Amino acid sequence: MGVEICVEGLTKSFGDQVIWQNVSLTLPAGEVSVLLGPSGTGKSVFLKSLVGLLKPEQGSIRIAGTDITKLREHDLYEVRKSFGVLFQDGALFGSMNLYDNIAFPLREHTRKSESEIRRVVLEKMEMVGLIGAEEKLPGEISGGMRKRAGLARALVLDPEIILFDEPDSGLDPVRVAYLNQLIVDLNAQIDATFLIVTHDIASARQVPDNIGLLFRRELVMFGPREKLLTSREPVVRQFLNGRMQGPIGMAEEKDAATMAREAVHFGNALQKEQPSPLDMTPRLLPGPGIDRPPRWQAIAESEARREGTRS
Amino acid sequence: MKHTKLMKPVNGLRHSGDLFAMSLDVLRTIPRRPFQVREFVQQAWFVASVTILPTALVSIPFGAVIALQIGGLTRQLGAQSFSGAASVLAVLREASPIVTALLIAGAGGTAICADLGARKIRDEIDAMQVLGIDPIHRLVVPRVLASMVVAVLLNGLVSVVGVAGGYFFNVVLQNGTPGAYLASFTTLAQLSDLWAAEVKALVFGAIAALVASYKGLTAKGGPKGVGDAVNQSVVITFMLLFVTNFVLTAVYFQIVPQRG
Repeated sequence: MGVEICVEGLTKSFGDQVIWQNVSLTLPAGEVSVLLGPSGTGKSVFLKSLVGLLKPEQGSIRIAGTDITKLREHDLYEVRKSFGVLFQDGALFGSMNLYDNIAFPLREHTRKSESEIRRVVLEKMEMVGLIGAEEKLPGEISGGMRKRAGLARALVLDPEIILFDEPDSGLDPVRVAYLNQLIVDLNAQIDATFLIVTHDIASARQVPDNIGLLFRRELVMFGPREKLLTSREPVVRQFLNGRMQGPIGMAEEKDAATMAREAVHFGNALQKEQPSPLDMTPRLLPGPGIDRPPRWQAIAESEARREGTRS
Repeated sequence: MKHTKLMKPVNGLRHSGDLFAMSLDVLRTIPRRPFQVREFVQQAWFVASVTILPTALVSIPFGAVIALQIGGLTRQLGAQSFSGAASVLAVLREASPIVTALLIAGAGGTAICADLGARKIRDEIDAMQVLGIDPIHRLVVPRVLASMVVAVLLNGLVSVVGVAGGYFFNVVLQNGTPGAYLASFTTLAQLSDLWAAEVKALVFGAIAALVASYKGLTAKGGPKGVGDAVNQSVVITFMLLFVTNFVLTAVYFQIVPQRG
């Protein structure tokens, strides 16, 4: 069963540079959330703060009631065992083959016998479709395989929270689609709390229950998928539609003059634009072979209803 | 802008503080079970394998240079019978710990720093921490202990090879008398000199591995960052080693009575 993560008033800076400030959000237990943001808005920093690798200056992060910003290093290691993290490039140990990489957390933290470890490792490798690649070294396989192996390693301790750091970066669209399906299937199977940090809009539209958007050192909005997809907030609309028109510029943010010029150029079309039902991308559902828990049953039903109203 | 930031004296202070804090962490973590035997053996073997040959090759000319210098000097003073005594003293007390230190830092330390740095920028270290494993316990402690053990053993090697090199140059090339050279061995040097040299080597080995690990674990900014870290780790280690060497020597002269 997943646990709730409750972040309040979190602020992080490096030296004089504020990365983000006063971020408050609640990741509901067992749900999939996506944190979006333009490059360089500190999404990865946020993720590292959640696992206590970086210490925020202010605010609290409560995981199942414990504020991890106040924990000592030793206790932090205990809390981290309930986390699974998929790093950008998989972060596999280069000196070990895939099997040993995935078996590593089990050998370190459990007293399982080698045959039991083998069973668990092969089960997770099958989940991510890596059967047959046990003996490969991380340097010998493609980026997509490294990611899936990293995911398998993150899964072996049956984590209650899984964090994904840009699962789509460096993958082709087909592999991204497979990975998204895998994420949804996993959520239906293990029922953990998921947080995906990304700037891939397509994934953000299809996969999550909740979406958050980081911009200009702040959390602009966080809420259910429907709320953000139909939002009229300029930053949210610009980002979710991947357009140039809006407050986000090439270099972080646009100045007032550029904004004014654009407003003249594009007229007031943007302001008049009404959210349409087409903004709602159909949600990705667990694959046919997966038993759907009640939560996913409900989601599937509401998706089917929406499909019905549209046609 | 990054470089001006690095130059700030506050930054230097913070790094020394962090390095010291990590050293304390290492000290505190050493007794923690289970001890990483495999990592320790692997690292000791690795450090030894990259240092033994260069150490031997460096210590032969080093012993020879000392023999040449002392040979010339003693002849001028008419004290040839002391040339053996003086060269043993020089090799044992100063040359061997310094040669050991240079090679442990230059060959062993850089390898440790590059290895940990590469793991750091590939997020392996973060992944390890997230998997609930303390990299200090798992990676740094075995490396520090391995480097200390190898430094002590290397120091013995340098002493033997250095003295042998000195003997060869004095007797064969400078026509010294073998008997006088050997007989005068213990007139100035004493057993405590060897112990002091071994203690020095132990401390140097620890410093080299600590600095290398610290620099490796704090590497950032991609592959270039690892290169920078290795570079800085060598420079910092050398500076620390020479200062430590001076302090240890001064202390040694204060607490152990000298011969002659």
